[in-house]
Amino acid sequence: MNSTILLFLVQDGITNGAIYALLGLALVLVFAVTRVILIPQGEFVTYGALTYASLASGQMPGTAKLAVAMGVAAFATDLFAARRALHGRKIARAFAVNIVLPCIVLAATIWAARHHAPIVLDIALSLIIVALIGLFLYRLAFQPIAHTSVLVLLIASVGCHLAMQGLGLLFFGAEGQRGPALVDTALTAGPLRFTGQSLAVYGITVAFIVGLWLFFGLTLYGKALRATAVNRLGARLVGIRTSLSGQIAFLLASVIGALSGILIVPITTLYYDTGFLVGLKGFIVAIIGGLVSYPLTAIAALMVGIVEAFSSFYASNFKEVIVFMLLIPVLLLRSLAAPAAVEEEKD
Amino acid sequence: MRERWPVLLFALAMAAIPFTPGVPPFWIVLLDNIGLSALVAMGLVLLTGVGGLTSFGQAAFCGFGAYTTAVLTTAYGVSPWLALPASLIVSGVAAVLLGLVTVRLSGHYLPLGTIAWGLGLFYLFSKLEFLGRNDGISQIPPLSIGSFRMIAPGTIYFAIWIAVLISALLTMNLLDSRTGRAIRALRRGHIAAEAFGVHTPRTKLLVFIYAAVLAGLSGWLYAHFERAVNPTPFGVQASIEYLFIAVVGGAGYVWGGVLGAAIVVILKEVLQGYLPMLLHGEGQLETIVFGILLVLLLQLAPTGAWPWLLSWWPLKPPRKPIDTELALPPRTRTAGAPNVLLEVDKARKQFGGVIAVNDVSFDVQAREIVALIGPNGAGKSTTFNLITGVLRTSGGALSVLGRKLHHATPQEIVQLGISRTFQHVKLVPDMTVLENVAIGAHQRGHSGALASMFRFDRADEAKLLAEAAHQIERVGLSDQIDQLAGSLSLGQQRIVEIARALCVDPMLLLLDEPAAGLRHLEKQRLAALLRQLRDSGMSVLLVEHDMGFVMDLADRVVVLDFGTKIAEGTPAAIKTNPDVIKAYLGAVA
Repeated sequence: MNSTILLFLVQDGITNGAIYALLGLALVLVFAVTRVILIPQGEFVTYGALTYASLASGQMPGTAKLAVAMGVAAFATDLFAARRALHGRKIARAFAVNIVLPCIVLAATIWAARHHAPIVLDIALSLIIVALIGLFLYRLAFQPIAHTSVLVLLIASVGCHLAMQGLGLLFFGAEGQRGPALVDTALTAGPLRFTGQSLAVYGITVAFIVGLWLFFGLTLYGKALRATAVNRLGARLVGIRTSLSGQIAFLLASVIGALSGILIVPITTLYYDTGFLVGLKGFIVAIIGGLVSYPLTAIAALMVGIVEAFSSFYASNFKEVIVFMLLIPVLLLRSLAAPAAVEEEKD
Repeated sequence: MRERWPVLLFALAMAAIPFTPGVPPFWIVLLDNIGLSALVAMGLVLLTGVGGLTSFGQAAFCGFGAYTTAVLTTAYGVSPWLALPASLIVSGVAAVLLGLVTVRLSGHYLPLGTIAWGLGLFYLFSKLEFLGRNDGISQIPPLSIGSFRMIAPGTIYFAIWIAVLISALLTMNLLDSRTGRAIRALRRGHIAAEAFGVHTPRTKLLVFIYAAVLAGLSGWLYAHFERAVNPTPFGVQASIEYLFIAVVGGAGYVWGGVLGAAIVVILKEVLQGYLPMLLHGEGQLETIVFGILLVLLLQLAPTGAWPWLLSWWPLKPPRKPIDTELALPPRTRTAGAPNVLLEVDKARKQFGGVIAVNDVSFDVQAREIVALIGPNGAGKSTTFNLITGVLRTSGGALSVLGRKLHHATPQEIVQLGISRTFQHVKLVPDMTVLENVAIGAHQRGHSGALASMFRFDRADEAKLLAEAAHQIERVGLSDQIDQLAGSLSLGQQRIVEIARALCVDPMLLLLDEPAAGLRHLEKQRLAALLRQLRDSGMSVLLVEHDMGFVMDLADRVVVLDFGTKIAEGTPAAIKTNPDVIKAYLGAVA
């Protein structure tokens, strides 16, 4: 092997790893706050990517309509949940978030699809659409069963994944799509050639990690989310609305997922069901990170990305086997280092 | 087998279906598929619903079973019946290897870990040359008895449903036994179970293997039913589907697995059959509707369909009466044993920089009630955990009957005749009082999982239950014996814990705040019980905050403050000790 290939593989690994890091972070975030293992994370990725790709090629993505439909359902659920104490302001706010906002986005999407809007607008619209879907998904599927066991939440999560994947096929068809690159420039340093796209991936990943760090460290909402993650009951007792925390977590996760999708769709062709596998690799990363530690998750992501790059070069047949089996030694280490007597008080 | 008559009825009904005129052959295929799924789901019920270990890898074990028989019967011409034990052994061995790695993982690592190897194995199945890669293996011979070949769905139907019924019976037997109680205690954490001699890692591995073997059996049947295997049905998607079969049916119930399989298989069939007709839609409409229905179903009945059905069933099967004549042999006590039961010599526990227990020394003599008191955070419960092996000492020595202990495990401590209750009640809320208390007698029984499955454990089991009933009567909870532990008041739950500890037949009873949450009369009854236990030769070490209770009852009092022993003596002496008063009330200004 020569050093060019080596460097190339490392670079490829870091690019993939950055995406996995983002997804891993989102999974950790959602799990910590809501106890939901977010299987539909992969769908956020594909929805984001394919919505962007469709818009860029002048097609109308079905996801915008889905957001409106889910918004209507969420509004109905809100009304039903608050039926004993209906206040004008409450209804107006629910109406604004659940009905007006998705409708504006739908109108903007229709306009953008017709008029070949600039890339920035396409990206913004894709992010907002998926963010709304994420928000409504929590409202509809998880908020009513937020108190149940992790297992029930997980199965509900699988149900959402199935429904969303099926919808993905309906919206985008079985054909794969590619989106236009965010940046066309390229940079050469010695034997290495950095495409603008991969630089954008690094930059946005780092920016997002720093942003999340600031959000959790400095803002009140971030702290409320952390409080919910540590102890739901305690958080409620000090006045944090845990359902709001859940919604924020889902909102963030869906934005992160969509962003990851938008970042990779110029590099690889994405199909309606690609997200599942990408999301699962985010999982691997999150598990290695222990579902709690953000920095560890980021390091694990780079590791997984690099291992994947090398195994796809040397043993492409066994690429997935190697990546997923990578977890076994990690788990082994974790179980050997398991603390002796930590009693998990289960609910 | 009297209590099993509903199963017999069900078996007869199932046997009659293929012979009923007018049953479309398509229904039989559906029932075959339900049976195959039910087998896997049943394993998951035990593993996930009862044992609390979520696995995303069950389909991979089906794969081990199916591929083993496929390779043996096609490449080596082995008879399918000879391949059956091989299939079960391969799935079992795979479960041992994967289980050793994964079941030790606590909490949420476990399900995520199983996703990882579930995926890995799927890709392995689809890449290995001798397993036929993505195409798999075809032309697998059918099951046959003599010249009778089970090719038609209506014939292998019997093989499948006999397997389902036998597995269900064995699983029910297993759950209703000494090992079963240990499995059911797993989900509520390991500390309480271990304090009564349950080897939790071993028990977890056991259910893991059991579930894998059931999956392997399903895989073996599948291979001879389809007569071809390929990797698709053994991937993570399939594993997830098995999981939601179990959850939809009712993850804690053996028959929930069967019901769930029926619901999911029929629902999918109906959706696939009718939706395209109704909507003329392209794409995976059935997946969308199926996913949405699943979420709705969980919102309506989060515990699953089987318990919901059961609540409509008017007849509750009565519990078999307990033969109170039976008794377990008492623990052998060495004659002329030293008078000092427990000696704590400069025990020390550090958590990082915090010294929770700082060189504390005291002892407990035979026939004595010793109270350990001190303000909150004094290190009382930590001392308990050191004595019972839950925590390791950072220094100092513990001896029981003059023999030094070297980092003994909780299981070894309880073998020595030291049993305990917990400050935060650790009962299994969805088990009855009787079953909870019987866990206390775990290490006095000997029947293993296999004996339980085939009902060779009944004599042993009857004695354990008799002992439990006896201890429940002793603490005065006979009226609540069949209630679920979770439905009792906190005070009563503490008393249940004492009955459970008494089932060990202990020489020394460790009680962590037994009187908290008790009413005045209940406290008096508890004090009378403890005195009676002492007079019959038992010693008691108790942590308690109720000073009236302690001072009336204890022969000796040890006072801790900030992890350090500050006084020891008779209740009268402690009451006037200036250091104790200072610790409780603050320094006199």
